[in-house]
Amino acid sequence: MTQKIVTLAHGGGGSAMRDLIDDVFLSAFSGAGRAAPEDQARFDLAALMARGDRLAFTTDGFVVDPLFFPGGDIGKLAVCGTVNDLAVGGATPVALSCAIIIEEGLEVDTLRRVVHSMAETAHAAGVDIATGDTKVVARGACDKLFITTTGIGVIRAGLDVGVTKARPGDRVIVNGLLGDHGAAILNARGDLALDTAIASDCAPLNGLIDTLIAAAPGLRMMRDATRGGIAAVVNELAEASRVGVRLDELSLPMRPEVMGFCEILGLDPLYLANEGKILAVVPAGETEAALAALRAHPLGREAAVIGEVTAERPGRVVMRTRFGGERIVDMLVGDQLPRIC
Amino acid sequence: MRFVDEFRDPALASALVKEIGAIAARLERGRDRPFAIMEVCGGHTHAIFRYGLEGLLPDLVEFVHGPGCPVCVLPMGRVDDCVAIAERPEVIFTTFGDAMRVPGSKKSLLQAKADGADVRMVYSPLDALTLAKRNPGREVVFFGLGFETTMPSTALTVQRALREGVTNFSLFCNHITIIPTLRALLEQPDLGIDGFIGPGHVSMVIGTAPYRFIAEEFGRPLVVSGFEPIDLLQSLLMVLRQIEAGDARIENQYARVVPEHGNPAALRAVQEVYEPRETFEWRGLGSIAGSGVRLTAPYAAFDAEKRFSVPDVKVADPAQCRCGEVLTGAAKPWACPEFGKGCTPETPLGALMVSSEGSCAAYYQYGGIRGEAA
Repeated sequence: MTQKIVTLAHGGGGSAMRDLIDDVFLSAFSGAGRAAPEDQARFDLAALMARGDRLAFTTDGFVVDPLFFPGGDIGKLAVCGTVNDLAVGGATPVALSCAIIIEEGLEVDTLRRVVHSMAETAHAAGVDIATGDTKVVARGACDKLFITTTGIGVIRAGLDVGVTKARPGDRVIVNGLLGDHGAAILNARGDLALDTAIASDCAPLNGLIDTLIAAAPGLRMMRDATRGGIAAVVNELAEASRVGVRLDELSLPMRPEVMGFCEILGLDPLYLANEGKILAVVPAGETEAALAALRAHPLGREAAVIGEVTAERPGRVVMRTRFGGERIVDMLVGDQLPRIC
Repeated sequence: MRFVDEFRDPALASALVKEIGAIAARLERGRDRPFAIMEVCGGHTHAIFRYGLEGLLPDLVEFVHGPGCPVCVLPMGRVDDCVAIAERPEVIFTTFGDAMRVPGSKKSLLQAKADGADVRMVYSPLDALTLAKRNPGREVVFFGLGFETTMPSTALTVQRALREGVTNFSLFCNHITIIPTLRALLEQPDLGIDGFIGPGHVSMVIGTAPYRFIAEEFGRPLVVSGFEPIDLLQSLLMVLRQIEAGDARIENQYARVVPEHGNPAALRAVQEVYEPRETFEWRGLGSIAGSGVRLTAPYAAFDAEKRFSVPDVKVADPAQCRCGEVLTGAAKPWACPEFGKGCTPETPLGALMVSSEGSCAAYYQYGGIRGEAA
């Protein structure tokens, strides 16, 4: 393909579109059925059933601004987000679809970088990008590039994790430092003039989750703490499981840079988005095993117990502040930061 | 974090709490109501809730959350004026983020943006000036808001606009001053406030001398405080010590930042660019003489109120809201019939529910341990 800019013709269904798909997408996505370019990916049911007994199915749209940021880009995010949504349900991710909406005028090289990043991340996560779609819209109808990924995975037989399953006495664990992604995106927009090197934690977590499941068979639930941060997930579990949650501020793992960043901007780090963090609830007796398994994995070195599930005040999250005060942690109201993923 | 952790030291905090408890125990005899200490500044209110300080205090001591959140005291009519300016096709309307959700009589700036107005969030007035230079064909208006804390930066921006000949920039000035407001508050009959925790950032600009009338005319102690939890506990202790000794003085706990006579350069810019208005309306409090400012004659060309005709209609607060009583400490948020029902952070009726520094939003979000939100 010789053109440097994506035009409406690249979405027109003709030879320009075929050139774009061949040159940019198929060359990167090895799993995209090059031998037989059909309109759908096809899966052998017996092979899927050998891996578990239920199918997990999820979809997510990605509109992050800017497209590239320290620690990742929209392509990496689009793969990680959907892989992680499958994995926290106890599923082994199998395949993704990728629908891309491109604003005319986008540089082909930019698209190539994003697609390459998607392919690289999918490879690291052990999933195929098996089918996709490309649309080009007129200038102004979207902002540079939007991606939707949909994924399927197979849930292990005998594993039943869910947001309603937390019980009083359980422990709440995170796999590492909180708030990096939200701070990195805000900083990457460049309108704060802050000199800090915070990078997004964007990463596929299915490998980490495999080790956690093996170490803590009584695992109650997992969620990736994306938009709304840790606060959103903990509130969801308190409400759905009809339990209280007590967090301990001193136990929250956080980079000093992120804490400082929040101080300057008046943000609450509990609400900052993450893209490589899970919150897991485990029975008290499995806490040490779960922590050890997480810390043995590169994406879980800073794992910590941040609180416990209680019978008091069902539906409420209370945080013990660093010197003994108490405060309620509620859901985020409104929008701290627009277009972070 | 260096220079921050020292002010969040749990051991130091518990020593201060113990000392506050000891004074309260000594003062308890013959006392039929708690000592009400008003923190004037919204930043202090936010910190009190964020760190759960209320739950650490003895029953005989309570914080009363004052009118020091500029977003919270913005009257509905002024928001309507903002929306009217923002909806002009030639205008790029710039504002700090927390003002976006304040309800007007018909819509907030956030709703105006959703309806197509070009409303942009900025982090400083200089960003708005830069935007004006980059968009010479548009009128860029900055929504100036806040006490003496933010007045110098908008003053310096307007001075720079004049110096650089940027003619498509203007300021919609809603700045307010703290001293007339405190006086209006103290002149209320039956004010049940025993002492004050004074605003740190405002005092950085104006110094501590302007507060003297609070001690001299009204016999109440005031301690200017920093924003860290240790600062607030120490300031509270200083106020209680004065009460115990029968004193009424102005003290400065925040001396590491606040000079006695303020910041002369900032004050010069403020005095050159602004002059007092005869009166300015506050949400929940009504009009307070001399509490607002407008641009002086040399800078009148940058006054958005002169450049664009604004409706300037006074809009009454919803009758069922009790914002005024909450702002003056006469009622707790949960005493308002709308609190947590018709008025929530997602659908605020009153501005106290909008900003994270508003006491209703703080109680709703953080659930005061003594007044758990529903």
